[in-house]
Amino acid sequence: MRTFSYVRAPDVETALRAVADEPNAKFLGGGTNLVDLMRENVERPDVVVDISRLPLTGVEELPGGGVRIGALVRNSALAAHPLIRTRYPVLSQAILCGASAQLRNMATVGGNLLQRTRCLYFYDGASACNKREPASGCAAIGGFTRNHGVLGVSEHCIATHPSDLCVALAALDAEVEVESTRGTRRIPLTGFHRLPGSTPHVESALEPDELVTAIELPAPITERSRYRKVRDRASYAFALVSVAAALETGGGTVTAARLALGGVAPKPWRAVEAERVLLGAPATEESFRAAADAELAAATAQDGNTFKIELARRTIVATLRDLTSDGSAT
Amino acid sequence: MTRTLPRTSEPAVGKPIDRVDGTAKTTGAARFAAEHPYPGLAHAALVHATISRGRITAIDTTEAAAIPGVVTVLTHHNAPALKPPRKVSPLDLSTMASGTSVAYLNTDEVHWDGQPVAVVVAETLTAAREAAALVKVVYAPMRSTVDFLAEEPNARPQKGNLLMSGSAKKGDAEAALATAPVRVEGRFTTPPHHHNAIEPHATTAVWDGDRLTVHDATQSIDWLRSHLALRFDVPAEGVRVIAPFVGGGFGGKAMIWPGTILTVMAARATGRPVRLLLTREGVYRTVGGRTPSTQRVALGARTDGRLTALVHTSVTYTGRVGGSPEQVTSQSKHVYDAENILVRQNLVELDLISNTSMRAPGDAMGTFALEAAIDELAYELGMDPIELRMRNEPERNPIDGRRFANRNLREAYRLGAERFGWADRTPEPGSMRDGRWLVGMGVATAFHPAWQFLANVTVRLSVDGTVLVRCGFQEMGMGGATAQAQIAADALGVPVESVRVEYGDSTLPLSPAAGGSMQTASVASSVLAACQKLRRKLAKLGPPGETPAAVLARAGVPSLEASVGSDSRLGRLTGQARFLAKLLRDQRRWMRAASGAQFCEVRVDPDTGETRVSRWTAAFDVGRVINAKTAVSQLRGGIVMGIGMALSEETLVDPRTGRIMNPGLGEYHVPVHADIPPIDVAYLDEPDPTMPLGLIGVGEVGITGVAGAIANAVHHATGRRIRDLPITLDKLL
Ligand SMILES: Cc1cc2nc3c(=O)[nH]c(=O)nc-3n(C[C@H](O)[C@H](O)[C@H](O)COP(=O)(O)OP(=O)(O)OC[C@H]3O[C@@H](n4cnc5c(N)ncnc54)[C@H](O)[C@@H]3O)c2cc1C
Ligand code: SF4
Repeated sequence: MRTFSYVRAPDVETALRAVADEPNAKFLGGGTNLVDLMRENVERPDVVVDISRLPLTGVEELPGGGVRIGALVRNSALAAHPLIRTRYPVLSQAILCGASAQLRNMATVGGNLLQRTRCLYFYDGASACNKREPASGCAAIGGFTRNHGVLGVSEHCIATHPSDLCVALAALDAEVEVESTRGTRRIPLTGFHRLPGSTPHVESALEPDELVTAIELPAPITERSRYRKVRDRASYAFALVSVAAALETGGGTVTAARLALGGVAPKPWRAVEAERVLLGAPATEESFRAAADAELAAATAQDGNTFKIELARRTIVATLRDLTSDGSAT
Repeated sequence: MTRTLPRTSEPAVGKPIDRVDGTAKTTGAARFAAEHPYPGLAHAALVHATISRGRITAIDTTEAAAIPGVVTVLTHHNAPALKPPRKVSPLDLSTMASGTSVAYLNTDEVHWDGQPVAVVVAETLTAAREAAALVKVVYAPMRSTVDFLAEEPNARPQKGNLLMSGSAKKGDAEAALATAPVRVEGRFTTPPHHHNAIEPHATTAVWDGDRLTVHDATQSIDWLRSHLALRFDVPAEGVRVIAPFVGGGFGGKAMIWPGTILTVMAARATGRPVRLLLTREGVYRTVGGRTPSTQRVALGARTDGRLTALVHTSVTYTGRVGGSPEQVTSQSKHVYDAENILVRQNLVELDLISNTSMRAPGDAMGTFALEAAIDELAYELGMDPIELRMRNEPERNPIDGRRFANRNLREAYRLGAERFGWADRTPEPGSMRDGRWLVGMGVATAFHPAWQFLANVTVRLSVDGTVLVRCGFQEMGMGGATAQAQIAADALGVPVESVRVEYGDSTLPLSPAAGGSMQTASVASSVLAACQKLRRKLAKLGPPGETPAAVLARAGVPSLEASVGSDSRLGRLTGQARFLAKLLRDQRRWMRAASGAQFCEVRVDPDTGETRVSRWTAAFDVGRVINAKTAVSQLRGGIVMGIGMALSEETLVDPRTGRIMNPGLGEYHVPVHADIPPIDVAYLDEPDPTMPLGLIGVGEVGITGVAGAIANAVHHATGRRIRDLPITLDKLL
């Protein structure tokens, strides 16, 4: 870790001013990702602006049945919130599948959105990585790619976004509210994270001086939603594949569907193609398979992650099947 | 023994007595190697090479040296000289101690990716680590060989030595195989592994002239002492190694790795006490792990299940700079009564850090392949896999006809099967379900040879009734001190609470290293002998009294001491010669081993291939159990580690560079609590008549057979034979 200066912001305005004319500043939320990366010398900020005490910790009901979530709500508090548990079970489940209880107690919603990839070569200063050092190459390609992406990747970067929480947010049509000294704007979650293309170091639509202040969720299409995470051990591992799904059926037909995938793409992947196939189709295993196939038609794999395409297909089908067979979302 | 003392208390041996070091550890009073404060203590951090072979052409330390608090940056330009390690000789086991043969910071050569090429010493740990990241090294890389699987075709036969053989045969196994009515054959692979002890390696070194005190996370106090004396060219008498508490080793702390040597060197160079606490990544880069293996197992049998041929061959690696050849096929010489047997181990040499022993070296990997193949044969024959094993249960050691000192595998299977409920299993793969989960049950044999080495001990009885046992063995959490207290208590007929055991210090009588599951038996043998001597001395003082202390009181003697072995140079030499002679004699006479039956139940998700172990029962023959609690903990811990080996653990060594890419617990997946089912451990408590008190070591047998049992259960659940560890879900899709 390098020497850096530290500013503790008591309010949003101080935080925004602290980064306004500081090109190499970083906000510190729970610190569970930033501090790790600083220790590994991957993140090397000159200034760390501690925002953990900002009063952005509310979870409020919105008129119309939606919810507004402060950017500094801790992951564990959000998962346990009654509004979230009853209306957005998929979100609560996604959070509880992530990390460990201790980490969830520290991690904030804003930090979770902006956590960085778990690509092994990104973490390793001795390896070439376009994301860490633009134009240095990508050591992952041809190397260990088990936790890399099959959708939305590029020849410059095949890393995945590791969040569970964001996958649920993508399925729930969330919007991100961001603020800077220049003002406030809203970005749909599905447009918040960027695909790598030839600039994998640009990971989100957020400007360096912008602070995430809140997430807003519209009223859910249904309370029948669930998150399924497939990983290499029973707990405390990132997703190989995860599926966030919400499904409404009427008379044996899908009347509304929301589907997003984790572990397979550089961003939380809203499965638009699959949703299109599902809508109006009979709620059967055949439809689910057709939907999964449609979404995965564009998938490309490396040696180490070919299995993810089949795994994603099966996990999508299994999750949708679960949602229709017992109707509950435990 | 004719002059028995009156017993003043219940026998302690066999009781589930709490660990004597438990309170110190749970309250934090126990100090580990990185927790010893010294005035003026400086902190070290390592800089690791990022190429696998080549030379350092330039090394720039200016930026690092400019970090406030940096005391010095040592490189091959300014580091103190280091003597080379000695050649390995079975006559002096401490020659095995050197982790690698590299002259750390005394050469511009790089021999593995991760080799330390500089050490920063600073006033604080933070400054040392910040500066270490700023040392700039330029290399001239050379061609290196780091891809194990690509090298496999170039493997050469492994040479044997006094303690281990590289190959063995009985009859003509390949010919018998060719004509066998029923045959199975498979290629198996296991990946590299790391120990991941909870305590990363750490050293605190303090020089006083030519006298050196070292607190080190080591399994080998005595080896470390001789090795440091040799490398730094000082008399061994002046070197003191203190290691009463070690936070797990599993073989990773048996050899002496660069971190320890460089701490001592940094203390020498700066004239200050220096502490090095390796990061987890530092452990991966500078401490060897378990070699990967490829194995071939071929079995030929008659239709009644009797084995006519057993072929087991392996390829593993050693580093070009060191490492010990793995005994992968060892158990195939002892477990099944095949008419013809061929085992052969082959080696490749790679430009990687030396491999090293890890819990049940050889046997942990070998039992996976052998036991999976046996299961396959059972299916080929349409026979219950336990029945097949029982039909091939030998009367004598299969490879050479030696007698078994103990062999109760039939009984272990009977006990295990009953506790597990094996009878409820329906043999057809995929035939058992629980809701959507596919359920499978698997079984495998656990096997690990028993060893015994030289240990010196003194036992002192005081008139206040207390007993002091002194021996420089190491306690890594196994319960060694507790077991020895129990043994001494019974041998002297005193309550266990009155016995104190001093250990973990090179000023104490010499003990063997903790490894090979032999420490407890080795030390116990000498504790028993010393106690007997003490009782003879006591008997000379007068007639037996109420208690041993009462005899002393009557005779007006404050204390009485007896010792076994001598720590003088001559004493060590004669001890070593005596030990070797006994070892060879014993080896010719008996086959001694711990064994057991592992039973498990797994659940496999039919959609995703996720495999979870849902139930475990194991029944072991480990001779007499000294402490019911610590022995079971050891066995259970071995099973937990085996579950990791079976399902998730793998060190990712990039075949393009030789660099370890997952050097941390985030991406090297040891099992978490949620992966571990209730584990039922039973033991026969049948003493081995040829061992002290009838005990056999318990440290390693627990992990053996575990991966085999799981692979067999996965097959039972899914019909799929997975021959490559770890059994991750992609292999089942
Ligand atoms: C061992 C381990 C296992 C994990 N497993 C999982 C898992 O299974 N699933 C999962 O989803 N996650 C997992 N995580 C990641 C964890 O969820 C994230 O580290 C956490 O959510 C980050 O939140 P934080 O508040 O600590 O962020 P920080 O570390 O404080 O910040 C992360 C990044 O976000 C920026 N940032 C923070 N807040 C804001 C804001 N309000 N506005 C703008 N920028 C901001 C920071 O500048 C920084 O760049 C794991 C982490 C660890 C260490
Ligand atoms: S996949 Fe992306 S993050 Fe990983 S090494 Fe390549 S460029 Fe870097």
